[in-house]
Amino acid sequence: MRALLLISVFLITGSAPTLAASEGDFKAAYAAAEIAEKDAGQLRNQWTTTEAALAAAKKAAASGDFDQAVASSKEAEALAKASIFQATSEKERWKDMEIR
Amino acid sequence: MASTIRVRAISNGDTTEVQALIQHPMDSGFVKDAQGQVIPAHFIQQLTFEHGGKTVFVADWGPAVSKDPYVKFAFKGGNKGDEIKIGWVDNKGASDATTAKIQ
Amino acid sequence: MTTRSAIRFALLALAALAFAEPSARAADTPDPVADAKAFQKFFTQKFPKVKLEDFVNGPYSMNEDMHRQWEEKEQFPPYEFALEAGKDMFSKPFKNGKTYADCFPNGGIGIRQNYPYFDEKEGEVVTLELALNRCREANGEAPVSYVKDEMASLTAYMAYTSRGKPMDIKIPNDLRALEAYENGKRYFYTRRGQLNFSCATCHVQSPGERIRAEILAPALGIMNAMPIYRSEWSGMGTTSRRFTTCNSQIRGVPLNPQDEEYRDLEYYLSYVSNGLPISGPGARP
Repeated sequence: MRALLLISVFLITGSAPTLAASEGDFKAAYAAAEIAEKDAGQLRNQWTTTEAALAAAKKAAASGDFDQAVASSKEAEALAKASIFQATSEKERWKDMEIR
Repeated sequence: MASTIRVRAISNGDTTEVQALIQHPMDSGFVKDAQGQVIPAHFIQQLTFEHGGKTVFVADWGPAVSKDPYVKFAFKGGNKGDEIKIGWVDNKGASDATTAKIQ
Repeated sequence: MTTRSAIRFALLALAALAFAEPSARAADTPDPVADAKAFQKFFTQKFPKVKLEDFVNGPYSMNEDMHRQWEEKEQFPPYEFALEAGKDMFSKPFKNGKTYADCFPNGGIGIRQNYPYFDEKEGEVVTLELALNRCREANGEAPVSYVKDEMASLTAYMAYTSRGKPMDIKIPNDLRALEAYENGKRYFYTRRGQLNFSCATCHVQSPGERIRAEILAPALGIMNAMPIYRSEWSGMGTTSRRFTTCNSQIRGVPLNPQDEEYRDLEYYLSYVSNGLPISGPGARP
Protein backbone atom coordinates (compact mmCIF):
# COMPACT_ATOMS: atom_id res chain seq x y z
CA MET A 1 0.00 0.00 0.00
CA ARG A 2 2.79 2.35 1.07
CA ALA A 3 4.68 1.51 -2.07
CA LEU A 4 1.64 2.25 -4.18
CA LEU A 5 1.24 5.61 -2.46
CA LEU A 6 4.90 6.42 -2.97
CA ILE A 7 4.79 5.42 -6.60
CA SER A 8 1.68 7.47 -7.26
CA VAL A 9 3.31 10.47 -5.59
CA PHE A 10 6.28 10.15 -7.90
CA LEU A 11 4.01 9.71 -10.88
CA ILE A 12 2.02 12.82 -9.97
CA THR A 13 5.06 15.01 -9.43
CA GLY A 14 6.63 13.47 -12.51
CA SER A 15 3.65 14.53 -14.61
CA ALA A 16 3.92 18.11 -13.44
CA PRO A 17 5.23 20.45 -16.18
CA THR A 18 8.91 19.75 -15.49
CA LEU A 19 11.05 18.51 -12.70
CA ALA A 20 12.70 21.54 -11.12
CA ALA A 21 16.05 22.33 -12.69
CA SER A 22 19.12 21.78 -10.64
CA GLU A 23 22.22 23.87 -10.33
CA GLY A 24 23.94 21.27 -12.47
CA ASP A 25 21.35 21.78 -15.21
CA PHE A 26 21.95 25.51 -15.08
CA LYS A 27 25.72 25.12 -15.23
CA ALA A 28 25.46 22.92 -18.28
CA ALA A 29 23.00 25.19 -20.07
CA TYR A 30 25.00 28.30 -19.22
CA ALA A 31 28.24 26.75 -20.40
CA ALA A 32 26.66 25.86 -23.72
CA ALA A 33 25.35 29.39 -24.09
CA GLU A 34 28.73 30.85 -23.23
CA ILE A 35 30.48 28.74 -25.81
CA ALA A 36 28.04 29.80 -28.50
CA GLU A 37 28.43 33.47 -27.50
CA LYS A 38 32.20 33.10 -27.60
CA ASP A 39 31.95 31.72 -31.14
CA ALA A 40 29.78 34.68 -32.07
CA GLY A 41 32.50 36.88 -30.57
CA GLN A 42 35.08 35.30 -32.85
CA LEU A 43 32.87 36.30 -35.75
CA ARG A 44 32.66 39.81 -34.28
CA ASN A 45 28.89 39.55 -34.26
CA GLN A 46 27.41 39.35 -30.78
CA TRP A 47 23.97 40.64 -29.90
CA THR A 48 23.20 42.78 -26.89
CA THR A 49 20.14 40.66 -26.21
CA THR A 50 22.34 37.56 -25.90
CA GLU A 51 24.44 39.32 -23.30
CA ALA A 52 21.29 40.39 -21.49
CA ALA A 53 19.96 36.81 -21.43
CA LEU A 54 23.27 35.53 -20.07
CA ALA A 55 23.20 38.15 -17.35
CA ALA A 56 19.59 37.29 -16.52
CA ALA A 57 20.54 33.61 -16.27
CA LYS A 58 23.35 34.37 -13.89
CA LYS A 59 21.16 36.59 -11.78
CA ALA A 60 18.42 33.96 -11.53
CA ALA A 61 20.94 31.30 -10.58
CA ALA A 62 22.39 33.53 -7.89
CA SER A 63 18.97 33.82 -6.29
CA GLY A 64 18.42 30.07 -6.57
CA ASP A 65 15.79 30.17 -9.32
CA PHE A 66 17.37 27.50 -11.47
CA ASP A 67 14.29 27.04 -13.63
CA GLN A 68 14.55 30.62 -14.80
CA ALA A 69 18.31 30.36 -14.98
CA VAL A 70 18.09 27.41 -17.33
CA ALA A 71 15.38 29.09 -19.41
CA SER A 72 17.49 32.25 -19.78
CA SER A 73 20.58 30.20 -20.60
CA LYS A 74 18.73 28.36 -23.32
CA GLU A 75 17.43 31.64 -24.69
CA ALA A 76 20.96 33.03 -24.67
CA GLU A 77 22.24 30.00 -26.52
CA ALA A 78 19.52 30.32 -29.15
CA LEU A 79 20.25 34.03 -29.61
CA ALA A 80 23.98 33.39 -29.86
CA LYS A 81 23.42 30.70 -32.47
CA ALA A 82 21.16 33.02 -34.42
CA SER A 83 23.86 35.68 -34.42
CA ILE A 84 26.33 33.09 -35.72
CA PHE A 85 23.91 32.17 -38.47
CA GLN A 86 23.56 35.87 -39.31
CA ALA A 87 27.30 36.37 -39.51
CA THR A 88 27.73 33.33 -41.73
CA SER A 89 24.90 34.08 -44.13
CA GLU A 90 25.78 37.78 -44.36
CA LYS A 91 29.24 36.84 -45.66
CA GLU A 92 27.74 36.69 -49.12
CA ARG A 93 24.39 38.37 -48.74
CA TRP A 94 25.83 41.82 -48.12
CA LYS A 95 26.53 42.09 -51.79
CA ASP A 96 22.81 42.17 -52.51
CA MET A 97 22.64 45.61 -50.94
CA GLU A 98 25.74 47.04 -52.52
CA ILE A 99 25.35 50.04 -54.76
CA ARG A 100 26.99 49.19 -58.06
CA MET B 1 36.17 83.95 -17.11
CA ALA B 2 34.48 84.11 -20.49
CA SER B 3 30.79 84.86 -20.44
CA THR B 4 28.38 81.96 -20.61
CA ILE B 5 26.07 84.02 -22.77
CA ARG B 6 26.40 84.35 -26.53
CA VAL B 7 23.93 86.81 -27.94
CA ARG B 8 23.12 88.42 -31.24
CA ALA B 9 20.48 91.09 -31.69
CA ILE B 10 19.52 92.24 -35.13
CA SER B 11 17.32 95.19 -35.96
CA ASN B 12 14.69 94.34 -38.52
CA GLY B 13 12.42 97.26 -39.34
CA ASP B 14 10.53 98.14 -36.19
CA THR B 15 11.35 94.91 -34.42
CA THR B 16 14.56 93.50 -33.02
CA GLU B 17 15.31 89.80 -33.33
CA VAL B 18 17.36 88.34 -30.53
CA GLN B 19 19.12 84.99 -30.34
CA ALA B 20 21.07 83.72 -27.38
CA LEU B 21 22.98 80.58 -26.56
CA ILE B 22 23.76 80.04 -22.90
CA GLN B 23 26.30 77.63 -21.52
CA HIS B 24 24.78 75.86 -18.52
CA PRO B 25 24.52 72.19 -17.49
CA MET B 26 20.76 72.48 -16.81
CA ASP B 27 20.76 69.34 -14.70
CA SER B 28 17.20 68.35 -13.97
CA GLY B 29 17.94 66.57 -10.74
CA PHE B 30 16.39 63.37 -12.07
CA VAL B 31 19.44 61.91 -13.77
CA LYS B 32 21.81 59.47 -12.09
CA ASP B 33 25.50 59.29 -12.79
CA ALA B 34 27.47 56.14 -13.64
CA GLN B 35 27.78 55.29 -9.96
CA GLY B 36 24.02 55.49 -9.44
CA GLN B 37 24.08 58.77 -7.56
CA VAL B 38 21.56 61.44 -8.48
CA ILE B 39 23.17 64.44 -10.15
CA PRO B 40 21.75 67.34 -8.15
CA ALA B 41 19.45 69.81 -9.86
CA HIS B 42 21.34 72.73 -11.28
CA PHE B 43 19.41 74.85 -13.71
CA ILE B 44 18.71 78.45 -14.68
CA GLN B 45 15.60 79.68 -12.93
CA GLN B 46 15.29 83.08 -14.50
CA LEU B 47 16.59 84.58 -17.70
CA THR B 48 15.99 88.26 -18.41
CA PHE B 49 16.53 90.50 -21.43
CA GLU B 50 16.33 94.27 -20.97
CA HIS B 51 16.29 97.12 -23.43
CA GLY B 52 16.09 100.79 -22.60
CA GLY B 53 15.51 100.01 -18.95
CA LYS B 54 12.50 97.83 -19.75
CA THR B 55 12.32 94.06 -19.54
CA VAL B 56 11.53 92.79 -23.02
CA PHE B 57 11.73 89.07 -22.31
CA VAL B 58 11.76 87.01 -19.15
CA ALA B 59 11.92 83.25 -18.90
CA ASP B 60 11.04 81.30 -15.75
CA TRP B 61 12.74 78.00 -16.28
CA GLY B 62 12.66 74.65 -14.54
CA PRO B 63 14.24 71.20 -14.92
CA ALA B 64 12.65 70.54 -18.29
CA VAL B 65 14.98 72.84 -20.21
CA SER B 66 17.96 71.05 -21.73
CA LYS B 67 21.65 71.71 -21.45
CA ASP B 68 23.09 74.80 -23.16
CA PRO B 69 19.72 76.39 -23.88
CA TYR B 70 19.10 78.37 -27.01
CA VAL B 71 16.57 81.17 -27.04
CA LYS B 72 15.17 83.16 -29.92
CA PHE B 73 12.59 85.90 -29.76
CA ALA B 74 11.69 89.28 -31.21
CA PHE B 75 10.48 92.46 -29.56
CA LYS B 76 9.02 95.67 -30.89
CA GLY B 77 11.37 98.59 -30.81
CA GLY B 78 15.11 98.80 -30.53
CA ASN B 79 17.45 100.58 -32.89
CA LYS B 80 20.81 99.72 -34.27
CA GLY B 81 23.46 100.54 -31.71
CA ASP B 82 21.15 100.22 -28.72
CA GLU B 83 22.32 98.12 -25.84
CA ILE B 84 20.61 94.98 -24.60
CA LYS B 85 21.26 93.56 -21.15
CA ILE B 86 21.01 89.83 -20.57
CA GLY B 87 21.20 88.07 -17.23
CA TRP B 88 20.40 84.74 -15.66
CA VAL B 89 20.15 83.34 -12.14
CA ASP B 90 20.17 79.66 -11.35
CA ASN B 91 18.84 77.56 -8.50
CA LYS B 92 22.21 77.58 -6.76
CA GLY B 93 22.20 81.35 -6.69
CA ALA B 94 24.89 81.65 -9.36
CA SER B 95 24.38 84.21 -12.08
CA ASP B 96 25.91 85.74 -15.16
CA ALA B 97 25.16 88.81 -17.19
CA THR B 98 26.32 90.46 -20.35
CA THR B 99 25.43 93.23 -22.72
CA ALA B 100 25.24 93.33 -26.50
CA LYS B 101 24.64 95.96 -29.12
CA ILE B 102 21.82 95.63 -31.60
CA GLN B 103 23.25 95.17 -35.08
CA MET C 1 9.81 13.56 -61.14
CA THR C 2 7.37 14.67 -58.48
CA THR C 3 5.87 18.17 -58.71
CA ARG C 4 7.71 19.18 -55.60
CA SER C 5 11.13 18.20 -56.85
CA ALA C 6 10.34 19.71 -60.22
CA ILE C 7 9.60 23.04 -58.60
CA ARG C 8 12.72 22.78 -56.51
CA PHE C 9 14.75 22.02 -59.62
CA ALA C 10 13.24 24.97 -61.45
CA LEU C 11 14.03 27.28 -58.56
CA LEU C 12 17.57 26.05 -58.40
CA ALA C 13 17.98 26.52 -62.13
CA LEU C 14 16.65 30.07 -61.85
CA ALA C 15 18.99 30.75 -58.99
CA ALA C 16 21.90 29.37 -60.96
CA LEU C 17 21.00 31.64 -63.87
CA ALA C 18 20.78 34.65 -61.58
CA PHE C 19 24.19 33.93 -60.16
CA ALA C 20 25.66 33.33 -63.56
CA GLU C 21 24.93 36.94 -64.53
CA PRO C 22 28.27 38.43 -65.48
CA SER C 23 27.58 41.88 -64.06
CA ALA C 24 26.93 40.56 -60.54
CA ARG C 25 29.47 39.42 -57.98
CA ALA C 26 32.32 39.09 -60.42
CA ALA C 27 35.63 37.94 -58.96
CA ASP C 28 35.42 41.34 -57.31
CA THR C 29 38.66 43.16 -57.93
CA PRO C 30 37.80 46.29 -55.99
CA ASP C 31 37.33 49.38 -58.09
CA PRO C 32 36.95 52.26 -55.66
CA VAL C 33 36.77 54.85 -58.42
CA ALA C 34 33.78 53.09 -59.98
CA ASP C 35 32.27 52.55 -56.52
CA ALA C 36 32.46 56.23 -55.66
CA LYS C 37 30.94 57.20 -58.96
CA ALA C 38 28.07 54.73 -58.56
CA PHE C 39 27.59 55.78 -54.95
CA GLN C 40 27.26 59.45 -55.76
CA LYS C 41 25.08 58.73 -58.77
CA PHE C 42 22.73 56.61 -56.66
CA PHE C 43 22.05 59.44 -54.24
CA THR C 44 21.91 62.30 -56.71
CA GLN C 45 19.40 60.33 -58.75
CA LYS C 46 17.37 59.45 -55.71
CA PHE C 47 17.26 63.08 -54.60
CA PRO C 48 17.48 65.14 -57.78
CA LYS C 49 16.54 68.38 -56.02
CA VAL C 50 19.45 68.18 -53.59
CA LYS C 51 22.72 69.75 -54.71
CA LEU C 52 25.71 67.44 -54.42
CA GLU C 53 27.40 69.54 -51.76
CA ASP C 54 24.23 69.68 -49.64
CA PHE C 55 24.25 65.96 -48.93
CA VAL C 56 26.76 66.68 -46.18
CA ASN C 57 23.94 68.20 -44.14
CA GLY C 58 22.40 64.80 -43.56
CA PRO C 59 18.74 64.86 -42.52
CA TYR C 60 18.54 68.60 -43.18
CA SER C 61 19.01 67.98 -46.86
CA MET C 62 16.11 65.53 -46.79
CA ASN C 63 13.39 67.67 -45.28
CA GLU C 64 12.35 71.26 -46.05
CA ASP C 65 11.09 72.12 -42.60
CA MET C 66 14.14 70.71 -40.89
CA HIS C 67 16.35 72.59 -43.35
CA ARG C 68 14.84 75.92 -42.33
CA GLN C 69 15.32 75.16 -38.66
CA TRP C 70 18.88 74.08 -39.33
CA GLU C 71 19.70 77.29 -41.22
CA GLU C 72 18.52 79.29 -38.23
CA LYS C 73 20.52 77.05 -35.93
CA GLU C 74 23.65 77.62 -37.99
CA GLN C 75 23.51 81.29 -37.03
CA PHE C 76 24.03 80.18 -33.47
CA PRO C 77 25.31 76.65 -33.58
CA PRO C 78 25.10 74.54 -30.42
CA TYR C 79 28.63 73.27 -30.99
CA GLU C 80 30.20 76.66 -30.34
CA PHE C 81 31.25 75.77 -26.80
CA ALA C 82 32.84 72.47 -27.83
CA LEU C 83 34.60 74.21 -30.69
CA GLU C 84 36.12 76.82 -28.39
CA ALA C 85 37.14 74.16 -25.92
CA GLY C 86 38.75 72.25 -28.78
CA LYS C 87 40.73 75.25 -29.91
CA ASP C 88 42.05 75.77 -26.39
CA MET C 89 42.91 72.10 -25.99
CA PHE C 90 44.65 71.98 -29.32
CA SER C 91 46.99 74.83 -28.50
CA LYS C 92 47.74 73.79 -24.93
CA PRO C 93 51.22 72.23 -24.78
CA PHE C 94 51.85 68.74 -23.42
CA LYS C 95 53.96 68.28 -20.29
CA ASN C 96 57.03 67.95 -22.52
CA GLY C 97 56.40 71.31 -24.11
CA LYS C 98 55.30 70.03 -27.52
CA THR C 99 51.80 70.52 -28.95
CA TYR C 100 49.43 68.65 -31.24
CA ALA C 101 50.66 70.89 -34.05
CA ASP C 102 54.00 69.08 -33.91
CA CYS C 103 52.37 65.77 -34.85
CA PHE C 104 50.48 66.89 -37.91
CA PRO C 105 51.26 68.31 -41.33
CA ASN C 106 50.63 72.05 -41.52
CA GLY C 107 50.42 72.17 -37.74
CA GLY C 108 47.14 70.28 -37.86
CA ILE C 109 45.29 73.17 -39.50
CA GLY C 110 43.17 72.54 -42.55
CA ILE C 111 44.08 68.85 -42.89
CA ARG C 112 40.99 67.03 -41.65
CA GLN C 113 39.85 66.25 -45.20
CA ASN C 114 42.84 63.93 -45.66
CA TYR C 115 41.71 61.60 -42.91
CA PRO C 116 41.49 58.66 -42.75
CA TYR C 117 44.58 57.72 -44.70
CA PHE C 118 46.28 54.39 -45.22
CA ASP C 119 49.58 54.17 -43.40
CA GLU C 120 51.72 52.02 -45.68
CA LYS C 121 54.40 51.60 -43.06
CA GLU C 122 52.04 50.32 -40.39
CA GLY C 123 49.75 48.66 -42.92
CA GLU C 124 46.57 50.08 -41.44
CA VAL C 125 44.03 52.85 -41.72
CA VAL C 126 44.74 55.86 -39.55
CA THR C 127 41.78 58.03 -38.61
CA LEU C 128 42.02 61.52 -37.17
CA GLU C 129 40.96 60.27 -33.73
CA LEU C 130 43.61 57.56 -33.78
CA ALA C 131 46.25 60.04 -34.91
CA LEU C 132 45.36 62.41 -32.06
CA ASN C 133 45.73 59.75 -29.41
CA ARG C 134 48.94 58.48 -30.97
CA CYS C 135 50.21 62.04 -30.81
CA ARG C 136 49.39 62.16 -27.12
CA GLU C 137 51.12 58.86 -26.41
CA ALA C 138 54.17 59.82 -28.44
CA ASN C 139 54.48 62.85 -26.19
CA GLY C 140 54.10 61.10 -22.88
CA GLU C 141 50.42 61.84 -22.35
CA ALA C 142 47.70 59.32 -21.59
CA PRO C 143 45.28 58.74 -24.46
CA VAL C 144 41.79 60.19 -24.10
CA SER C 145 38.57 58.24 -24.54
CA TYR C 146 37.39 58.02 -28.14
CA VAL C 147 33.80 58.54 -27.14
CA LYS C 148 33.99 61.46 -24.73
CA ASP C 149 34.13 65.25 -24.81
CA GLU C 150 37.87 65.83 -25.19
CA MET C 151 38.26 63.88 -28.41
CA ALA C 152 35.03 65.41 -29.68
CA SER C 153 36.24 68.95 -28.99
CA LEU C 154 39.64 68.34 -30.57
CA THR C 155 38.22 66.82 -33.76
CA ALA C 156 35.57 69.57 -33.86
CA TYR C 157 38.27 72.20 -33.95
CA MET C 158 40.32 70.40 -36.57
CA ALA C 159 37.23 69.84 -38.73
CA TYR C 160 36.36 73.51 -38.42
CA THR C 161 39.74 74.54 -39.82
CA SER C 162 38.95 72.45 -42.91
CA ARG C 163 35.42 73.72 -43.47
CA GLY C 164 34.56 73.92 -47.12
CA LYS C 165 37.53 71.86 -48.28
CA PRO C 166 36.59 68.85 -50.38
CA MET C 167 36.98 65.41 -48.82
CA ASP C 168 40.20 64.03 -50.26
CA ILE C 169 40.81 60.43 -49.25
CA LYS C 170 43.52 58.53 -51.03
CA ILE C 171 43.86 54.82 -51.63
CA PRO C 172 47.50 54.14 -52.40
CA ASN C 173 48.50 51.48 -54.89
CA ASP C 174 48.82 48.92 -52.14
CA LEU C 175 46.82 45.70 -51.90
CA ARG C 176 46.44 46.16 -48.16
CA ALA C 177 44.87 49.57 -48.66
CA LEU C 178 42.45 48.11 -51.15
CA GLU C 179 41.66 45.36 -48.71
CA ALA C 180 40.98 47.85 -45.95
CA TYR C 181 38.67 49.74 -48.31
CA GLU C 182 36.83 46.52 -49.21
CA ASN C 183 36.64 45.58 -45.56
CA GLY C 184 34.97 48.89 -44.81
CA LYS C 185 32.59 48.46 -47.68
CA ARG C 186 31.71 44.99 -46.52
CA TYR C 187 31.06 46.23 -43.00
CA PHE C 188 28.80 48.96 -44.32
CA TYR C 189 26.50 46.58 -46.18
CA THR C 190 26.58 43.62 -43.77
CA ARG C 191 23.55 43.19 -41.59
CA ARG C 192 24.20 42.80 -37.90
CA GLY C 193 22.56 42.99 -34.52
CA GLN C 194 19.34 41.32 -33.52
CA LEU C 195 17.44 43.91 -35.56
CA ASN C 196 19.35 42.67 -38.60
CA PHE C 197 20.17 46.11 -39.95
CA SER C 198 23.21 47.10 -41.91
CA CYS C 199 24.39 50.68 -42.18
CA ALA C 200 22.92 50.57 -45.66
CA THR C 201 19.49 49.53 -44.40
CA CYS C 202 18.98 53.03 -42.99
CA HIS C 203 21.38 55.17 -44.96
CA VAL C 204 21.06 53.69 -48.44
CA GLN C 205 17.60 52.17 -48.47
CA SER C 206 15.80 54.72 -46.35
CA PRO C 207 17.36 58.19 -46.32
CA GLY C 208 14.76 60.90 -45.85
CA GLU C 209 12.40 58.43 -44.25
CA ARG C 210 11.74 58.14 -40.55
CA ILE C 211 12.99 55.70 -38.01
CA ARG C 212 10.70 56.39 -35.12
CA ALA C 213 10.93 60.17 -34.76
CA GLU C 214 14.20 60.68 -36.60
CA ILE C 215 14.72 61.49 -40.25
CA LEU C 216 17.48 59.32 -41.69
CA ALA C 217 20.54 60.83 -43.31
CA PRO C 218 21.90 59.67 -46.66
CA ALA C 219 25.19 57.80 -46.52
CA LEU C 220 26.65 60.20 -49.06
CA GLY C 221 28.57 62.86 -47.18
CA ILE C 222 27.75 61.35 -43.83
CA MET C 223 31.32 61.58 -42.55
CA ASN C 224 31.79 65.14 -43.77
CA ALA C 225 29.91 66.68 -40.88
CA MET C 226 31.69 64.75 -38.14
CA PRO C 227 32.08 65.26 -35.26
CA ILE C 228 28.51 66.22 -34.49
CA TYR C 229 26.66 67.99 -31.71
CA ARG C 230 23.61 65.83 -31.26
CA SER C 231 20.64 67.21 -29.39
CA GLU C 232 20.01 63.60 -28.41
CA TRP C 233 23.38 63.57 -26.66
CA SER C 234 23.11 67.14 -25.39
CA GLY C 235 26.68 67.40 -26.52
CA MET C 236 29.42 66.83 -29.01
CA GLY C 237 30.15 63.28 -30.13
CA THR C 238 32.88 61.66 -32.16
CA THR C 239 32.70 59.27 -35.09
CA SER C 240 33.63 56.49 -32.67
CA ARG C 241 30.71 57.37 -30.49
CA ARG C 242 28.31 57.31 -33.41
CA PHE C 243 29.54 53.94 -34.69
CA THR C 244 29.39 52.25 -31.31
CA THR C 245 26.01 53.65 -30.32
CA CYS C 246 24.55 52.75 -33.70
CA ASN C 247 25.69 49.16 -33.15
CA SER C 248 23.96 48.96 -29.79
CA GLN C 249 20.84 50.61 -31.17
CA ILE C 250 20.42 47.67 -33.53
CA ARG C 251 21.18 45.32 -30.64
CA GLY C 252 24.67 44.43 -31.73
CA VAL C 253 27.42 44.42 -29.14
CA PRO C 254 29.69 47.26 -30.23
CA LEU C 255 33.31 46.61 -31.03
CA ASN C 256 35.96 48.72 -29.34
CA PRO C 257 36.19 52.29 -30.58
CA GLN C 258 38.76 52.55 -33.34
CA ASP C 259 38.83 48.78 -33.91
CA GLU C 260 39.95 47.84 -37.39
CA GLU C 261 36.43 47.39 -38.73
CA TYR C 262 35.41 50.88 -37.68
CA ARG C 263 38.49 52.51 -39.12
CA ASP C 264 38.03 50.64 -42.39
CA LEU C 265 34.37 51.65 -42.40
CA GLU C 266 35.32 55.29 -41.98
CA TYR C 267 37.88 54.89 -44.76
CA TYR C 268 35.28 53.52 -47.18
CA LEU C 269 32.57 56.02 -46.29
CA SER C 270 34.92 58.97 -46.53
CA TYR C 271 36.37 57.83 -49.85
CA VAL C 272 33.01 57.45 -51.61
CA SER C 273 32.18 60.99 -50.51
CA ASN C 274 35.35 62.42 -51.98
CA GLY C 275 34.76 65.84 -53.47
CA LEU C 276 31.99 66.81 -51.08
CA PRO C 277 32.92 69.63 -48.69
CA ILE C 278 33.86 69.19 -45.07
CA SER C 279 31.01 70.69 -43.09
CA GLY C 280 32.14 69.73 -39.62
CA PRO C 281 31.62 70.20 -36.83
CA GLY C 282 27.97 69.49 -37.44
CA ALA C 283 24.74 69.71 -35.50
CA ARG C 284 22.11 67.03 -35.61
CA PRO C 285 18.81 66.30 -33.86
